[in-house]
Amino acid sequence: MILDIGFETMPREDLEAIVLRRLKATIDRVYANVPFYRKKFEENHITPNDIKSLEDLKRIPFTTKEDLRDNYPFGMFAVPMDNVVRIHASSGTTGKPTVVGYTARDINTWAEVMARSLAAGGATRGDIIHNAYGYGLFTGGLGVHYGAEKLGASVIPVSGGNTKRQVVIMKDFGPTILTATPSYALHLSEVAEEMGVSFEDLKFKFGIFGAEPWSENMREEIERQLNLTAVDIYGLSEVIGPGVAIECHEAKKGLHIFEDHFIPEIIDPGTGEVLPYGEAGELVFTTITKEAFPVIRYRTRDITSLNPEPCICGRTHIRMNRVTGRTDDMLIIRGVNVFPSQIESVLMEMDEVEPYYQLVVDRKDNLDTLTVLVEVGERLFSDEVKHLQDRERKIAKNIKDYLGVSAKVKLVEPKVIARSQGKAVRVIDNRKI
Amino acid sequence: MRAEQISVFLENKAGRLAEVSAILAEADVNIRALALADTSDFGVLRLIVNDNQKAIQALKNRGFTVSKTDVVAVEVEDRPGGLHRILDILHQAGINVEYMYAFVQHSGKNAVMIFRIDPIDEAIKILQKNKVTVIDGSKVYTM
Repeated sequence: MILDIGFETMPREDLEAIVLRRLKATIDRVYANVPFYRKKFEENHITPNDIKSLEDLKRIPFTTKEDLRDNYPFGMFAVPMDNVVRIHASSGTTGKPTVVGYTARDINTWAEVMARSLAAGGATRGDIIHNAYGYGLFTGGLGVHYGAEKLGASVIPVSGGNTKRQVVIMKDFGPTILTATPSYALHLSEVAEEMGVSFEDLKFKFGIFGAEPWSENMREEIERQLNLTAVDIYGLSEVIGPGVAIECHEAKKGLHIFEDHFIPEIIDPGTGEVLPYGEAGELVFTTITKEAFPVIRYRTRDITSLNPEPCICGRTHIRMNRVTGRTDDMLIIRGVNVFPSQIESVLMEMDEVEPYYQLVVDRKDNLDTLTVLVEVGERLFSDEVKHLQDRERKIAKNIKDYLGVSAKVKLVEPKVIARSQGKAVRVIDNRKI
Repeated sequence: MRAEQISVFLENKAGRLAEVSAILAEADVNIRALALADTSDFGVLRLIVNDNQKAIQALKNRGFTVSKTDVVAVEVEDRPGGLHRILDILHQAGINVEYMYAFVQHSGKNAVMIFRIDPIDEAIKILQKNKVTVIDGSKVYTM
C-alpha cells in the first residue's frame, strides 16, 4: 500500500521543485544556526545564495562522522535545546558516541517516513506489528514504534532479547508483521522450532528487516523458514533513523529513498566526485526537512548504487540497491555498530593490555559472535589461572559496558596475531552473508 | 629461602608443550619439576629448572611470555599424613596455598613439594618454626 500517494508517486519534475525549495531552506537555516556549516561555507567561498539548483549541491563540502565527533555532543544542532524533544546516539569511531536530536516536528517526520516504510513493506492499520528492534539510544526500536502508531497498526514493543518469551508472544498475540534485524529473525525461527512452534502456524505475512547487511540468499532463507515476505529497510541515525529507504513488497528490488526528505548522492569515496546512476560508490545524504539535526552531504560510508528506473509499485522515488559494503572498517554485530578503534580504546585504557588484538566475527546459529583475541604480554601474564580468567572477564565487561556488545575474550600467545608488513590484521570476518 | 619458578603462557593447542620442551632441550636446560594448569583455551606451565636465566632467555627468544615467581620448596615426610601436617600448619596460620606440585627427586628420605603461597616470608617463618625443612632455591635447582 502507498501511504502518501501525493508525495510518493509525485511526477519527478514536481518532486524536484519541492526538493530544491526545501534544500534552499535547509541551507539558509544551517548557515544561520550552525557555526560548523557557516565556517565550511565561508572557507569554500559559498553563500546560501549560490545554491540555485540541485546541481549546486555538489559545490558544498561533505560532512563526515569525524565532523560530528568534533562537535560532540550538541554542536551540530540547528535549534536551541529548548526545542529538542528527543536525543538518540549511535557508535562513534572512538569512545564518544554520535549524538542526534529531534524536534517535535522531526519526530513527526520520522514517524511519517517510517509509517510509509511499514506500508510499503506490506503493513496496514489492521496489522499487529511484533517489533523486535532494540528500544533505547539505538533508533531502531522507537523509530519503528512511532511509525507503527502513525500508521494506526497495533505495535508490540517487545524489543530485542528474551527470545523464548518472544516466541510465546508470537504464538499467543498473533502478530502479522515482524520487524527485526535479519539475523535475529532467523534466530527467532530456530528458537521457535526448538520450542515446537512452527512459523506455518503463526500469522506473519510480512517481515521488515534491516540495521545490518544481508543478501538475497538470506532473504530466501528467511522467507522459507519464517513463511512470510521479507523486505529490506535502510536508515541511519545521522540521517533520521530507520525509514530513510524501504523496499516495496511488490518489486522487492531496491529500496525507495524518500526523496521529499532526503537527497541521495553516490560519490567516489577516493575523489569525492559524484558518480552517475548505476555506478557503485559511497552513499551521501542531505536532509531537507529536519530541524534539530540537519546534515548536509553526510558521508554514510555505505557502498551501494542508485537506480532511477520506474518501479512497478508506482512510487516515483529513486531506489538504492542493497548495501554491499563499507568504506571504513565498521562492523555491524547483532545490529550494533562496532569500530575496531573503539575496542582498541577500551583495551588501551587497561594498563596491562598490549596493543595487539584481533577481532574475529562469526555467525553461529544465525547470531553474530564477536571474539576478541588479546595477546598475553608480560604485564597481562600471571602464573595463576584465576588471575588470567579475571582479566578475560574484565576485558569482556569493559567492552560490554562501553560498546553495548557482548564479546568473548580469548587470550593468545604473543605474535599469534598476524602482522602484515608490521601492521596487524585487525578484523577477520567469517560471516557468510 | 625462596626458590624461583618460571611460568610460561601456552595456548591450548596441539604441540605447544612439545615446543617448550624442545626449546629447553636445545638450550641444555634440565627440568626439575613442572605442573600445568589449564582452561579450555589456555594453560600456564610452571617449571623449576636448573638454569632460570638460560631457560627464560631461550623461551623469550622464541616469543613465549614468561614470568618468574617466588615459591617455597618444602620437605614432606614420605608417609601417610606427611602432606597434611604441612597444610594444617599453613591453614592454622591462615595462609592460603594458591597451588602446589611435587618434585621428582627425593631429599634423603623425604619427598619435596613446591608451594605457591602468599605471604611467602610469613609462610617460610611459620614452617621453620614448626620444624619443617624448607629447601633453599640454590639447592633445589641442582638437587
